[in-house]
Amino acid sequence: MQPSLLTGNAAAAWGARLARVDYVPAFPITPQTEIIETIAGWVESGDLAARMVTLESEHSMITAAGAAAATGVRVFSATSSQGLLHAMEMLYTVAGWRAPFVLVNVSRGLSAPITLEADHNDIMAARDSGFLQIHCADCQEVLDSVLIAYRLAEDPDIRLPVLVNLDGFYLSFTREPVALPAAELVQTFLPPFDARNIRFSASAPQSQAVAVLGGGPYSYFRYECHLAALNGVALYQQVAEEFAGLFGRDRCAVEDYRAQDAEIVFYMVGSFATKAREAVDRLREAGQPVGLVRPRLLRPFPAAPIAALLAGKQAVIVIDQNLSVGQGGVLHTELTCSLYGRPDAPPIVCSFIGGLGGRDISAQEFYQMVAVARDAVDAGVAPPPRLLYTAEELRETRKLQAIAMAEQVETAPSPQEQGDE
Amino acid sequence: MYRIRIHGRGGQGIKMASRILGTALFRSGYTVQDAPKYGAERRGAPIFSYVRAAHQAINERGVIQQPDLVVVADDTLLAVPAAGTLLGIGPDTVVLINSHQSADTWRHRLNLRAKVEILPAQEVVEDRAELPHVGATCAGAAACLLGVIEARKLEQAITEELGALDASVITRNCASALAAFNAMAPRRGLVREGHVIPATGYDAPQWIELPFERADISAPDIRAAANSVQVRTGLWRTMRPIIDHEQCNHCWWICSTLCPDSAIKVENDVPAIDYDHCKGCMVCVGVCPPHAISGIPEYLAQMEDSADATEPSDG
Repeated sequence: MQPSLLTGNAAAAWGARLARVDYVPAFPITPQTEIIETIAGWVESGDLAARMVTLESEHSMITAAGAAAATGVRVFSATSSQGLLHAMEMLYTVAGWRAPFVLVNVSRGLSAPITLEADHNDIMAARDSGFLQIHCADCQEVLDSVLIAYRLAEDPDIRLPVLVNLDGFYLSFTREPVALPAAELVQTFLPPFDARNIRFSASAPQSQAVAVLGGGPYSYFRYECHLAALNGVALYQQVAEEFAGLFGRDRCAVEDYRAQDAEIVFYMVGSFATKAREAVDRLREAGQPVGLVRPRLLRPFPAAPIAALLAGKQAVIVIDQNLSVGQGGVLHTELTCSLYGRPDAPPIVCSFIGGLGGRDISAQEFYQMVAVARDAVDAGVAPPPRLLYTAEELRETRKLQAIAMAEQVETAPSPQEQGDE
Repeated sequence: MYRIRIHGRGGQGIKMASRILGTALFRSGYTVQDAPKYGAERRGAPIFSYVRAAHQAINERGVIQQPDLVVVADDTLLAVPAAGTLLGIGPDTVVLINSHQSADTWRHRLNLRAKVEILPAQEVVEDRAELPHVGATCAGAAACLLGVIEARKLEQAITEELGALDASVITRNCASALAAFNAMAPRRGLVREGHVIPATGYDAPQWIELPFERADISAPDIRAAANSVQVRTGLWRTMRPIIDHEQCNHCWWICSTLCPDSAIKVENDVPAIDYDHCKGCMVCVGVCPPHAISGIPEYLAQMEDSADATEPSDG
């Protein structure tokens, strides 16, 4: 089918429509709102035969999603940032129920202070919940990943909810060419939900409940979630291959962009990875063998394919659009941990924190990160972690601080006051 | 790759302009990326959108730093630093301004090295925030300046993007856009595709080590009282209320109390409007018992201001 221009939000909504979802519990939040507006329009027009319910909070929304999924219907929902965190208690709970559904998160930085723009600390906060996670770099991938996510969630060897992540603004409000897969092909790829033993009928009521348990049974149930999630690495690859066969698009667990013969590679998730691709092309033109390794699948963590792609590299440049306060970048921490002790692991793994709160990363910054990594390779020592932050940005912050802090400016006149008269 | 940035005010259809241009380029065989950029803006506040178009996959993202074409739908924004209309403009950038002033005037005022083109402003309403087709008009002019979009593709794009609206609205938008497209015919193809940013000889980013600072400085607290006066919401105004002091009966209470932004102060029974913060909602015009307050278009008021002063005024 010919592609059309769609925003990331519209692509997410199309994913739900093509997946023929039955139930959509919803609560709006910027920058996710367009997803539920779009779905609401289709429910109204009859293009989507689903029941849509607006809840009073994200906490209730995820409860409703989990409860509905536990009756064997196909459920879709979407949120962002504060909404995802407001639902945090229920994320763990519905994963523990083993309720299979798909939740789209439109990444946005967390308060305080407040931002509306992309940052991955929201989705990283859900990292340990039991939801699987797929991270998208462009709008087409958003649509494709929603379909793949249902295959994972509903598989009897997994049966866990799945989060599909896209970046606010950079994808949510950005139109790009997106090919809408033919409905019949999607039907082949994603047949109706075979809920097997998960059934609920009003005429034959039964109770599904969880009990208060001691550590022994608790450990069993929690670890079973983990084992089910781990099944996801192999199953994801198998589903991605099937997807490629039907739709012609490679959605493998770890993107390898010119990484095979690279000496230095970028390692990151999300939409800024396309900027890294651009930088890789320019650096290659300048004679520098650089590549990109990008996990689409982050939970379960595809440790083996990542290690295989990074084997023998001189250096890895990890760019974290998140910050674990008091530790550093989450991707850097997880990558170094998973590479530890491997004889072929890259000796230099640099940590850069960039793009917090939607802060852009320039082409020149990508080039400069490679220069830093080269120096580190020559010196044989990894550099300390670096926040991508310029002198000009600090000047801008100083101006805001001068306005915000009256007591500091009382002693010295601020540029604002000097300039006023 | 073409990199296009479109500036205007909330309500002028600037997001729609990027979508029309994006769809027209897409229908002309280009790979396209278009997006609006907004935060907590309101009607009349500066807003912009952008379009990238190329014959290969587009991997760039985010705000366009080095534009090939900048469209300014409302020339009063050129004096508003927060609008960022002039960001990254170089000698090869084409700057299209919707204005009553000449290209020379703007080149001179702003000391622009760029190629300045004027889309003669066709005011059909006083309030520029209500300009009904300015988004489509700017998209039409821009389409011609790019030189790679045929008129019928432009028309198709407008019809597609405005599809949900009344047929007569679509017809009027098409007419405005085509008139602008034709008006730009002598400049067809003036915009050239920009270059990539090479990985050699680039300007290295001026990274700094962020110093530790104690929480009394580094917590995001706002402790200064009443600093919201420093946000000049008056820059969002598209209509300016003017008090005729001879007509004013000095009842003082009504306009100053009903102003939703507390932008009318009364001293010695004489009301005065704080134009730094008046958003031009025209509530005062409606409520004044002796009809002593009238509204005039902001751009006309500014033209009178600059005629009165040798230096352009920012008030």
